[in-house]
Amino acid sequence: MTTTTADKITPIIGMEIHVELDTATKMFCRCRNRFGDPPNTNVCPVCLGLPGALPVMNRQAVEFSMKAGLALGCTVSAFSKWDRKSYYYPDLPKNYQISQYDLPLNVGGAIEVPLADGQVKRVGIIRAHLEEDAGKNLHDDPTSTKVDLNRAGTPLLEIVSQPDMHSAEEAGAYGRAMQRLVRWLSVSQANMQMGHMRFEPNINLHIEREGALYKTPIVEVKNLNSFRSLERCVEFEIQRQYAQWRQDPNYTLEKLGKENRGFDDVTGKTVFQREKEEAHDYRYFPDPDLMPVVVDEAWSGRIAAQIGELPLPRRARYMQQYALSFKEADALTQDAPSGNLLDEAVAAGATAKRVTNLLLGRIAATANERGCCLAEVGITAGQLAELAKMMDAGTVSASAADRVLVEMIEKGGEPLTTAKALNLLAVTDTAQLEAWVDQAITANPEIVAQIRAGDKKADKARGFLMGQIMKLSAGKAPPAQAKAMLERKLIG
Amino acid sequence: MSDSIDKKLVRHVAKLARISMSDAQATAMGSQLGAILSYFDKLKELDTEKVEPMAHPLDFTNVLADDQLGASLSCEQALANAPQRDECFFLVPKVIGDSQ
Amino acid sequence: MTAPREMSALALRDAIAAGQVSAAEATRAYLDAIERQDGAIRAYTQVFADRAMERAAQIDAARAAGKPLGPLGGVPVSIKDNMCTAWGKTTCASKILENFHAPYTATAVQKLEAAGAVILGKTNMDEFAMGSSTENSALQKTANPWDLARVPGGSSGGAAAGVSARLCAAALGSDTGGSIRQPAALCGCVGLKPTYGRVSRYGLVAFASSLDQIGPLARNVPDAALMLSAIAGHDGHDSTSADTPVADYAATVERPVEGLRVGLVKEFISDQLNGEIRAAVEKAAKCLTDAGATLVEISLPHSRIDVGADGTLSSYAVACYYIVATAEASSNLARYDGAHYGHRTPKTVGDIIELYSQSRAEGFGDEVKRRIMLGTYALSSGYYDAHYLKALKVRRLIAEDFRAAFGQVDVLLGPTSPEVAFRAGAKTADPLTMYLSDIYTISVNLAGIPAISLPVGLNSTGLPLAVQLLAGIFEEEKLLRAARMVERGLGSQELVPPAGREEK
Ligand SMILES: [Mg+2]
Ligand SMILES: [Zn+2]
Repeated sequence: MTTTTADKITPIIGMEIHVELDTATKMFCRCRNRFGDPPNTNVCPVCLGLPGALPVMNRQAVEFSMKAGLALGCTVSAFSKWDRKSYYYPDLPKNYQISQYDLPLNVGGAIEVPLADGQVKRVGIIRAHLEEDAGKNLHDDPTSTKVDLNRAGTPLLEIVSQPDMHSAEEAGAYGRAMQRLVRWLSVSQANMQMGHMRFEPNINLHIEREGALYKTPIVEVKNLNSFRSLERCVEFEIQRQYAQWRQDPNYTLEKLGKENRGFDDVTGKTVFQREKEEAHDYRYFPDPDLMPVVVDEAWSGRIAAQIGELPLPRRARYMQQYALSFKEADALTQDAPSGNLLDEAVAAGATAKRVTNLLLGRIAATANERGCCLAEVGITAGQLAELAKMMDAGTVSASAADRVLVEMIEKGGEPLTTAKALNLLAVTDTAQLEAWVDQAITANPEIVAQIRAGDKKADKARGFLMGQIMKLSAGKAPPAQAKAMLERKLIG
Repeated sequence: MSDSIDKKLVRHVAKLARISMSDAQATAMGSQLGAILSYFDKLKELDTEKVEPMAHPLDFTNVLADDQLGASLSCEQALANAPQRDECFFLVPKVIGDSQ
Repeated sequence: MTAPREMSALALRDAIAAGQVSAAEATRAYLDAIERQDGAIRAYTQVFADRAMERAAQIDAARAAGKPLGPLGGVPVSIKDNMCTAWGKTTCASKILENFHAPYTATAVQKLEAAGAVILGKTNMDEFAMGSSTENSALQKTANPWDLARVPGGSSGGAAAGVSARLCAAALGSDTGGSIRQPAALCGCVGLKPTYGRVSRYGLVAFASSLDQIGPLARNVPDAALMLSAIAGHDGHDSTSADTPVADYAATVERPVEGLRVGLVKEFISDQLNGEIRAAVEKAAKCLTDAGATLVEISLPHSRIDVGADGTLSSYAVACYYIVATAEASSNLARYDGAHYGHRTPKTVGDIIELYSQSRAEGFGDEVKRRIMLGTYALSSGYYDAHYLKALKVRRLIAEDFRAAFGQVDVLLGPTSPEVAFRAGAKTADPLTMYLSDIYTISVNLAGIPAISLPVGLNSTGLPLAVQLLAGIFEEEKLLRAARMVERGLGSQELVPPAGREEK
């Protein structure tokens, strides 16, 4: 950042993340929790806020929240309760949101955030509470707003961090780490396009000038729903706040407190939002329609037992145990099921390197095309192990294995039967192999001469002949066997 | 406490409660609320320093439902009482953004 | 053969089951009576004549086919207009829901129908159950069948007037601070507020969620027991519904409680208590002692009623109640904003805030607005601790008094209402005076305990007098049996107002 003086600037960034939990039904009613259905079809008296309707808590939502909380190292509160947060908005049909105010489900904790330089940063978690989401307002008409309440009442986990981040990069890395974690735990699909994760960074600057410390107002930016907007927004705010503070000595936390700004994705700028009147007076009070949640050790223990190995420890293990590169290990720990494929295939007797290559080659390419994770491509650990073992045994060549994989991804089927059906199994019949080797030697007398002369080009020439053999055999000649036979014939 | 709450406070509360009021209504409301509130001052006689608040008559906990799909309404049923609609959407005057 | 309208619900049920009268005849008799008499009383906001006759025909067909008819088989009843039904309208006697059609039916109403009851219609009430005279209804005024110039009490005024005038065999009302018991007292019928959580609130339009409870109004205690058995029980749609065993109240109600210990609430039987009402309480106490009960004086210090120098009554419970109830109401009623359902202002508005504020200003009556304002204020920042939080603490003190009392006695006895039915318009100008109508009933809701009001005769001017019995949490069975002891001591004579007498 450009500083004209010797100002020392420390951005202070905290973040609220709203994570949509991946339950089958909503938080307080049994309507489907699903994105993209026709408007106002996943609704009932409860989530429409009709007179007389009452909320009943979704056990799965509570347990997902506990699971996320425990994975974040939070303490699951022995006693938590539900509060009503009052404000009027058409996407909030009761005009209050059921949330948790003074007694949230999870308190305290931290997350390990991997940074691009390989360092790991620890970001503290203040609390993670459960609440219901609002519906969706559509603004395509200039004079009116259309309201769809399908999302109203879906379960949200609101995770509030400590102000431990100091750059746009750290904020982005924190968001990504959280995405990876909640996916890892299968508590959220955390799909940004579907609005499963929304970020609200709080940003201000600590500026040291000539021994004095100045703080800019804390700016809260609402509702960012991509990593890119998050990073751009934070970067913009850092620059903007510094510029504004230099212009206006009253632009300080003491004078102005907090302010809300909105981020415009098109211009890349934040814009001041006039404080909604009475915005702070949410009149929280305990929701008399709901009973508190009491969690004993047995319950939280059961949930903790479901967590298993977390992504960063697993990444380290892959590098150590399987000798994978950082890049490979990182790619295989983006979500738990994909990494599980590797572990299970290795357990079934395959070599880690081959399985990794299969996963990060054709399977990763397919996953990328489909926008899904590696495991969702549909190849099982058993199939991966079998294919890897076939490669090790020379039953299929690398190129044949790839074609087998393509076929399996498209049409299903087992590696061996697929390879057979495609006529890709390596030929172990010596007579056939000999015929291909002989044919390659006969058809290329000059090349053979070069090898026999032992000149500089001999290695390249050998490679050429092997290529010819593979070509003649349509990839079915087992490379090691063919090479050995070729050598024998060249000597003889 | 005074017998009437001032008009500024009445206006503030009316705004929170989303009830529009004429000046005369606000004045009347102020004096009625004031009378009721000064009556409620009676609670100050009681020392409640060490008393736990009681938000609910029952003390059971963990009323949880299984995450199993139940019945929803059709959009026709959902919108049957809508003052204004656009196909399957509720229609309201222009607002900005989402609340969340 | 007794005419159907002169039979209790229990007797009518048995007569229908025995084939002495058909459900259709009984239903027709009530519909005709409503047609003839409800023009003067105006207990009903809606009558579902066709639907009721259809239901009655189904009951009769079931009987013809030899099928069981259910504990209320063919009994014509009414429900208060704050219970959602998938047919007709659910108005809460408010302009804001005047044309609201619920897409679902309240659990209690479903259970009532499943028990074989025939629902005649919905009854008038104070708007959103806020009031003690039914004069706050935005739809119509209901008259007291004993004197048409007087109020039926409230908020379940239509239900009480309907039961009293024999325009239904029994009724469902709702009680947040006395809204079943006080109108039952003023109209001369039995009114039971069950323990909080005993009856599902699902589909009951909320006034104050931690206080509201559906309960029966009936001509006598056994009928109230029968109605309660039909509607009580756990409901998965209501998180505050208790998963506690429900007794067959109708089967046990005739059994007197042996060694019954009755507490006379000292604070309720003071000098300023109206002499006739005091006499009524003494009469009921005598019925109980005659039946073998012992009397103990009990103190409920935080339900105390104080008399000011100017004669005005005051009570911690009333203050506590009006803060808790209005705070919850301000939130419960926030949803009526003209956005998704209900009244929307026809005026052109500049923005959605104006749409909300204008729709609500037009849709709510004065008392509802006053309470929303009061509750909003009590919860707003700067006032929360002094009002709302303070009230929750006092609520605990009130509940603890009851807990201590029920360690000593089985039931408590006291008046239901500080006075008999008052003249229409007598209290409408002063909301505080109206609030004091519930001075004896309110603490019961704060504590969540069950209570029953039952008539003990008429006063010197021919208006019903009543007493109230209170019991511990989930002690409905004992409460009903004790109430029946009083009723029997009084000769089991039902009070029938002029308007309810069958024309010969
Ligand atoms: Mg939130
Ligand atoms: Zn729903």
